Amino acid sequence: MSIIIIGAGPAGCEAAYRLAQSGEQVELIEKENETGGNLNNWYQLFPDRKSAKELNRLLRQNLNHPNIRVHLNCEPVKIIRENNSFSIDLNDGAQLQGEALLLTTGFRTFNARRKEEYGYGIYENVMTSVELENFLTNHQLQTSTGKKPERIGLIQCVGSRDEKICNFHCSKVCCITAVKQAVEIREILPDAEILCFYMDMRMFGPGYEELYREAQEKYNIRFIRGRLSEASENLSKQVMIKAEDTLVGKPIRMSLDLMILMVGMEPSEGTRQLATQLNLKLAPNGFLHTADPHYATNLTSTPGIFSAGCSTSPMNLTDTLTDARSAAIAIKEFLLSNRANTHKKH
Amino acid sequence: MNIWGFSISEARVINYDKNDKSIAAQLSKEVPDSNLCIGCGGCSATCTAGNLTDFNIRKLQMSIKRGETTEAARELHKCMLCGKCLTVCPRGVDTRKMILTLHKLLHN
Repeated sequence: MSIIIIGAGPAGCEAAYRLAQSGEQVELIEKENETGGNLNNWYQLFPDRKSAKELNRLLRQNLNHPNIRVHLNCEPVKIIRENNSFSIDLNDGAQLQGEALLLTTGFRTFNARRKEEYGYGIYENVMTSVELENFLTNHQLQTSTGKKPERIGLIQCVGSRDEKICNFHCSKVCCITAVKQAVEIREILPDAEILCFYMDMRMFGPGYEELYREAQEKYNIRFIRGRLSEASENLSKQVMIKAEDTLVGKPIRMSLDLMILMVGMEPSEGTRQLATQLNLKLAPNGFLHTADPHYATNLTSTPGIFSAGCSTSPMNLTDTLTDARSAAIAIKEFLLSNRANTHKKH
Repeated sequence: MNIWGFSISEARVINYDKNDKSIAAQLSKEVPDSNLCIGCGGCSATCTAGNLTDFNIRKLQMSIKRGETTEAARELHKCMLCGKCLTVCPRGVDTRKMILTLHKLLHN
C-alpha cells in the first residue's frame, strides 16, 4: 500500500520524493493543474535571491521518480478510515488506498481588502507583496497613471499580529520579504525613495540580518518604526498615509506614489476543509495543531495522519522543506511499527 | 497681534512631504554608517549628557532623518563628545563623527 499526500506545494513535493527514495509508493494529490503551490507566484527567494522557478523545477523533476504518482486537478471528495488504512475517492473517480496520510495543504495569503482602512481594492496605487512579485518578474514598476514612482512605502504586518482581523500570529516571512522586495525595487528604480514601515524587524534566518543591513547600507532603504494607521487617496492618485514614527515619538504623514502591503499567511482553504473533515485539532492560530512543537511537529491529533509545511504554521522555504523531510521520517517510523505489529498478529 | 489671549497649537505631526531633508541627505553622504541605525537606544542609555539632561542622541538623529531640524539644532550643543555612544553601537555607527558633522551642517 502507498502513502497519500494531499497538496503538491514545496512540502508535498519534497516529502513525496524522500518517501519514494526510501522505497515507498506515493500518491500525490494536487488541486491545481501544476505542482509548486504558492512558489508559482514568486520571482526570487530570500535571502540569496535564487530564482523561485529554479527551485520549483528541481522539486518537480524529483517527482519523476517511478514510485510517485501525481494526480493533478484532483481533490479528495471522500476520505474513509478502515483499521490501519485510508481509502480516498478523488473527484476524477479514482480511488486510492493508503497506509498513511500526509497533509501538505499549506497557506493562503491574507485578503488585504479586509483591512479596509488601508484602501486595497479602493485606491489604485495600493498593491500586495504577491502582486509586486509579478512586477518584479517583468522588471518594471509604475503607478496606475503610468508614472515612475518617486516614493514607495512597504507596509509590514498586514493581516498579521492584528486582533482586529483575528490573526494574532506573526507570519514570520514578511519582514525579510519586504527587505528583499525593497532591494529589488531599488534595482528597478535607482532614484526612488523607498521606505519600510515596521513594528519589529524579525530577521530570524541565516543571512537575513545581513540582507537588512545591506538594504540600509548599500541600497539606501529607510526603515520607520510604526504601524500604518490609515491611508487615503489624493487627486493625483497618491496614497496619503498616517502612522506614528514611534522612535521619534511623533505622528508622521506623507504621500506615497505606490504602497505595497506585506500580506501575512493564513491556513489555506484546503487546510481548513481537511481539518474539519478529518476532525483534526487546530492550534489557536487556526493552523493544524502538532503533537509537540519541538520533537513531533509532523504528528496531528490523529495517528496515521501527518502534516508538514505551512499547514501547521507560517514557515520559510528552508523550514518547509526540512519539515517535509522530517515528516518522511515520522511516516516511515509509523509504517515500520505498524507493519511489525501486523506481522506479530499473523 | 494676538488680542484674544488664545492661540492654536502648532501641529506636532511630521509633515514628511514638506520637510526639508537636505541635512539628512548630506549627513548620509558624509557619515554613511549613520544609515545603519536600528533605533536600539544603546547610545542614549550610555550617554553622559543624556543622564543629566533630556538630550537624546538616538531621537535627535532620527528627527533629522525626517527633516525635523529645528529642535535638533537646539539640542545638539548638549553633547559632550565623550564618545561612549560610539563604543556601544551594535551597528558600528560613528556617532561622534555624526555629531560633529551635524554641528557643521546645522550651524553653518
